[in-house]
Amino acid sequence: MSINLDAKIPDGPMADKWNNYKAHEKLVNPSNKRKFKIIVVGTGLAGASAAATLAELGYGVDAFTFHDSPRRAHSIAAQGGINAAKNYKGDGDSVYRLFYDTVKGGDFRSREANVHRLAEVSVNIIDQMVAQGVPFAREYGGMLDNRSFGGAQVSRTFYARGQTGQQLLIGAYQQLARQIGLGNVNLYNRMELVDIVNIDGRCAGIVTRDLLTGEVSSHSAHAVVLATGGYGNAFYLSTNAMACNATAVWRAHRKGAAFANPCYTQIHPTCIPQADDFQSKLTLMSESLRNDGRVWVPKSADETRAAADIPEGERDYYLERIYPSFGNLAPRDVSSRAAKRAVDAGQGVGPLKNGVYLDFAEAIGRLGEDVIRERYGNLFEMYERITGENPYQVPMRIYPASHYTMGGLWVDYELMTTVPGLYCAGEANYSDHGANRLGASALMQGLADGYFVLPYTISNFLSGLLNKPIPDTGHEEFKKAETAASDRFKRFLSIGGTRSPDYFHRELGKIIWDNCGMERTQQGLEQALSEIPALYEEFKTDLRVTGDGESTNQTLEKAGRVEDFFELGMLMCRDALTREESCGGHFRAEHQEGDGEAKRDDENFAHVAAWEWSGDPMAPIRHQEELEYEVIQFQTRSYK
Amino acid sequence: MSHLNNITIKIWRQSGPADSGRFESHLIDEISDEASFLELLDILNETLIESGLEAIAFDHDCREGICGTCSLMIDGRAHGPERGTATCQLHMRKFSSGDTIVVEPWRAKAFPIIKDLMVDRAPLDRIIESGGFITAETGGAPDANLIPIPKPVADASMDAAECIGCGACVAACPNGAANLFTGAKMSHLNLLPQGQAERFKRAEAMVETMDEYFGSCTNHGECEAACPKSISIDVIAMMNADYLKSKFKNRKSLSR
Repeated sequence: MSINLDAKIPDGPMADKWNNYKAHEKLVNPSNKRKFKIIVVGTGLAGASAAATLAELGYGVDAFTFHDSPRRAHSIAAQGGINAAKNYKGDGDSVYRLFYDTVKGGDFRSREANVHRLAEVSVNIIDQMVAQGVPFAREYGGMLDNRSFGGAQVSRTFYARGQTGQQLLIGAYQQLARQIGLGNVNLYNRMELVDIVNIDGRCAGIVTRDLLTGEVSSHSAHAVVLATGGYGNAFYLSTNAMACNATAVWRAHRKGAAFANPCYTQIHPTCIPQADDFQSKLTLMSESLRNDGRVWVPKSADETRAAADIPEGERDYYLERIYPSFGNLAPRDVSSRAAKRAVDAGQGVGPLKNGVYLDFAEAIGRLGEDVIRERYGNLFEMYERITGENPYQVPMRIYPASHYTMGGLWVDYELMTTVPGLYCAGEANYSDHGANRLGASALMQGLADGYFVLPYTISNFLSGLLNKPIPDTGHEEFKKAETAASDRFKRFLSIGGTRSPDYFHRELGKIIWDNCGMERTQQGLEQALSEIPALYEEFKTDLRVTGDGESTNQTLEKAGRVEDFFELGMLMCRDALTREESCGGHFRAEHQEGDGEAKRDDENFAHVAAWEWSGDPMAPIRHQEELEYEVIQFQTRSYK
Repeated sequence: MSHLNNITIKIWRQSGPADSGRFESHLIDEISDEASFLELLDILNETLIESGLEAIAFDHDCREGICGTCSLMIDGRAHGPERGTATCQLHMRKFSSGDTIVVEPWRAKAFPIIKDLMVDRAPLDRIIESGGFITAETGGAPDANLIPIPKPVADASMDAAECIGCGACVAACPNGAANLFTGAKMSHLNLLPQGQAERFKRAEAMVETMDEYFGSCTNHGECEAACPKSISIDVIAMMNADYLKSKFKNRKSLSR
């Protein structure tokens, strides 16, 4: 399958493109919609909202989740909020400003037209979610409350305590549940996608493995939507849920979907520092905490006193010092690197000296403990549960951790991948955040894609397939894919080595984190590109998977996911190596200004790197989609 | 950081729904008090795999206490000894050296065991599908600030909406009732102005679906004690009131 990177951006001025698109797209007649079958994989914000909306429109929808219930998807863990250009505060927000902030925050590596559409539909999302009963925070007069969130100078973030993701996902899930109850959506739970099948140049369906019985089977449709989340677990330790994985997008990539910008990974500045080697995941503390907390480290690397005993004059409030206009709200990548510099300089705090303080003493003094409890009570409780320390009394300790991946499957303006009929939504695609995502924009993008973009763009494709039957799952391409998938799981079971999949995941994650994490160098990336294949060889001969393939076997599930992380890890490092600049979440030590700030190269790298699978994970083929900025001029991001 | 020694884990093993199941004991020589309870199981599983034995199956995912996937009965208490905490956020510092810890799956007729510590909680989804939603199809929603919602109302709705759907309330209930779950889901929507149009239809549908699968509530209150989100049994009272009213409300004149 040849790679075509035509983004299909509609004509007209930026602010009219989406309306122009909607005015001219091809529609499917209501009575014809039921003739179409659409598969949606993943039931997080993007997947659940897409599946529910497509079913409401009248399409036949099959929804797949590997969880026991759609409501478990990891969107549920998002804490801080969701952005929308409502300007309810009258503080100067507008669609243009949200668009501008997102393009600038993404370090000029996203596609303007997609971002503008995202900003436009953001307002509809809030209306929709409120109508569905999401209990957003309110002011005493009954109006919706907003707050300012990481990196924004306006208050445009809507929130539901520290559980915004949970409330939005429950909203989308309930809407999906209604469609399941009405019989418009067939839900397949505890089913994992293990392959994508293309017939006659378009996506014909998917192959799944039943996680309870091990049965491999095929499902066909006129179009397939992947809404399967990000690949942050490639680092092993991340804030992602344990089961988050890249298998769906990676299998699609191997079947012809270009993978865009895999090196753009976001490190979140406010996570609880790692406590020991056995740690299975890192816990995020919402960065909304930075609205009231002050980040500091002791000035001296030899500091041994407790935080409260260190006098003001001996503290370095480094974000306030270096970035006076944004202070503690400096964007994620900027704050993360600043924390790394402090810890690398020996100024880290905590028993392992691997964190920085986030101190609420000043805010508690100014606002009182009750106000802080009202705003962040559940986050403070969570922190205490995990660390055993009370943040009302001692400062929190935080450190950056892998959190979100901006890279993902390449999609055009319609969210279609390079495989016709295969769409990708939410974190799984690369489209809107460029090289860095702003806080509270992930929930916005997931719901925008699922509610307000895909339901429009998919009809433009389906209209061309009217009266074409659903592909036959008896087709030899499906049979071949089923056999390959079954053989693959049998192979894992038969290796009979000595190490568990978790062992390999941990070792792989260390290589990727050390060399392709917060700071990357040519030497480190080249080293990773020799270490990962070597470890992969070991995986192929020394893996041990116990149990069988005919009943629930979480070890076997994990083996498949880890194998895909191996191949993806190679691509992440390759992409980071070829992107000879620093931008957003991608920081190459060779490309920095004298003061340590990122040095972007717009002349040579203002493009999307879209990688084509060649059959050899070490030799992918690089393609480029040039990014043209019509509205917003390139400028150096400065938060000083 | 300190360590705990000689922890005996007495854990439920069951190869499948048809198997009768049994307890199996494992001795953990040393474990850090910083480890979470699930990390203890991870470590045990890795040892099992590397010695050629099958890992213990258990449901878990976010490990932040929000997805509701983890579901262990620890020493006879749903989610273990710490109140208001899901299994994934229970840490070993809550135990002592020399302890024997008994680990079982949720025990409820409505939640058949799939394998080891995994159970099937699908009936909770059936309750939602029957009416646990507000019908508001995508598009056409009015401006979000059109209906002011008093803060105390939004807060009360949010208190109920915090339910993570883990099923601890069912597991803790001597009757295997799902009233706390259903009450929480219903109150979240019935308290809001947007939820009024379908309020009594919702109450009727959800309660009657619940009754198909689960036991009856006899006000033990065990559910509230086990709930990792500390949801109050007030939601059960609200549900009961709405269910009762649903039987004699003339829905044609609801607006009066």
